[in-house]
Amino acid sequence: MDHASPMTRWLKGLALTLVVIFFMFPILWIVLMSFQTNETILRMPPSVVFTPTLENYQALITGKLVSSAGVLEIQFMRNLMNSVILSVCSVALSLLLGVPAAYAFARHKFRGSEDIAFTLLSFRFAPPLLVLLPLALYFQDLGLANTYIGLIWVYQLICLPLILWIVRGYFEDISPDVEHAYRLAGHSWFSTFRRIALPLAGPGIAAAGLLAFIFAWNNFVFALVLASADKQPVTVGALAFVTASGIQYGQIAAGIVLSIAPTLALALYAQRYLVEGLSLGAVKG
Amino acid sequence: MTAADPDLQSFAPRRRFRVGARWLPYLLSLPALLVCIGILIPFGTAVFYSLQRYRLSQPWARQMNWGENYLNFMSDPAFWNTLQVSLTYAGLTVSLELLLGLGIAMLLRESNRLNNAISVMLLLPLMTAPALAALMWKLMTNPNFGVLSYGARLIGLEEFKWASDPSTAMLTVVIVDIWVYTPFIMILLLAGLRSLPKQPFEAAALDGVPPLFVFWRITLPMLTPYILTATLFRLLESIQQFDIIYAMTQGGPGDTLTVFQVEAYLNFFQSTNVGRSAALLMILWAITYFLSSIFIKNWLRLRERARGDA
Repeated sequence: MDHASPMTRWLKGLALTLVVIFFMFPILWIVLMSFQTNETILRMPPSVVFTPTLENYQALITGKLVSSAGVLEIQFMRNLMNSVILSVCSVALSLLLGVPAAYAFARHKFRGSEDIAFTLLSFRFAPPLLVLLPLALYFQDLGLANTYIGLIWVYQLICLPLILWIVRGYFEDISPDVEHAYRLAGHSWFSTFRRIALPLAGPGIAAAGLLAFIFAWNNFVFALVLASADKQPVTVGALAFVTASGIQYGQIAAGIVLSIAPTLALALYAQRYLVEGLSLGAVKG
Repeated sequence: MTAADPDLQSFAPRRRFRVGARWLPYLLSLPALLVCIGILIPFGTAVFYSLQRYRLSQPWARQMNWGENYLNFMSDPAFWNTLQVSLTYAGLTVSLELLLGLGIAMLLRESNRLNNAISVMLLLPLMTAPALAALMWKLMTNPNFGVLSYGARLIGLEEFKWASDPSTAMLTVVIVDIWVYTPFIMILLLAGLRSLPKQPFEAAALDGVPPLFVFWRITLPMLTPYILTATLFRLLESIQQFDIIYAMTQGGPGDTLTVFQVEAYLNFFQSTNVGRSAALLMILWAITYFLSSIFIKNWLRLRERARGDA
């Protein structure tokens, strides 16, 4: 690698530049669009020279969108709030259910434990609509249709397998000797779990939680099927936004920027753990 | 070695804890299980629906028709279209992403500041919600002001309509999928590449083995488990793709992009044909079940290895 010829080094540099452009350009372009008025967006040829405006963000925050058909009331902030509620609550519930289960799977090989763990994992790979469509009908009868509780429950399909499998890996990496010693010193099982195991697996649990949050936030199909306008997260809300006629393009762009900003920020913050998390613990970063 | 420790139960101290210790693991995993069993019920319902003639618009005509929904598929061009579109989509996206991802991972292999910064940057598309990514590309390919429509015109493609033209719709969604998911394969393979033992490469360099030979005979074989896992993972998701396609074109134009889940969604909500929709999803489920059983075996082997290194 070190003694590559100038030609190959130059080619490598070119290839990397193209890669960075391809993957970064869309994000950059949408961010630029979000600071433009319709006039500057519609200019041909497109140009990056414009006077930035905060109008689009203002319109989104106040919920009064300027369109060709007058001012539209679209509660985009409400979608954003829904995303926060759904993701935070789903992850919290997943951690509450998943961490003890992960500990059980890691520490005790009880009968059927592998089968159960795999059944839980397989939920990650089944077509979501297969359960969502019958659920849509059931939720009507159960009164769970368009409720946060119903949605948070279904979101466990995304969060729980992720947390279970990642956290289980972290528990397995910790030697149980410390826990045994603590137990022998006369402490209860629960205080061993709380004082020894949990703090040691802490970083892994945090990473799994962050990743689960990102996946919950990015989910689209669950809420598309099960939620109506007032409970929809940004992913579904933004789509309605694009199809609503006459909304200014800058406002759509600003909506997208606000919707992707939280996950991108979290991804950068948690990047160290992403490799392990994305491969469900199969590959170490 | 830690978890498989057979002494664990006997180590669990003293008689008075015994009973508790035996039931504890079940107790701990029970809540998680209960939540998931709730999910198995709608799954069972879906199987049931798939064996019924069931249209939401004609509830009175609802009756069991056993395998008829499935049999009808044989002579249903729309079904074969769905199968073909889904396989094309999965085949194209996964093979292109694999090639690109491997290429980029090779470029970034050396761990230095620039390479690491780039690999972190490439995480951003992957962390963008696929549905929103589709909307971003939709804005960029808008025929009136889209920067990519302008770009197409610049290179002489006057009538290049991206997703709104049946002949280029597939290409457009495949590009969006590549944009979102190539980084997934890239970071997995990069982690794999960087974890490979150094000695074979040092020995090859000493002997003056040509780089291409090193790549085909050393790098690629050693990387195979990672490549397999990443590919199967992506294949599993790609054959079920919904978000990107639905957000971009809702399956259109016409039936150009009616992949399994989009077709099932449209069947359910637009033509309210619950039976057909459920049968379609059952077929998709069978495909993913088959894929995931291969995947899980592979993934386990890789996981063992990762734990072993730790």
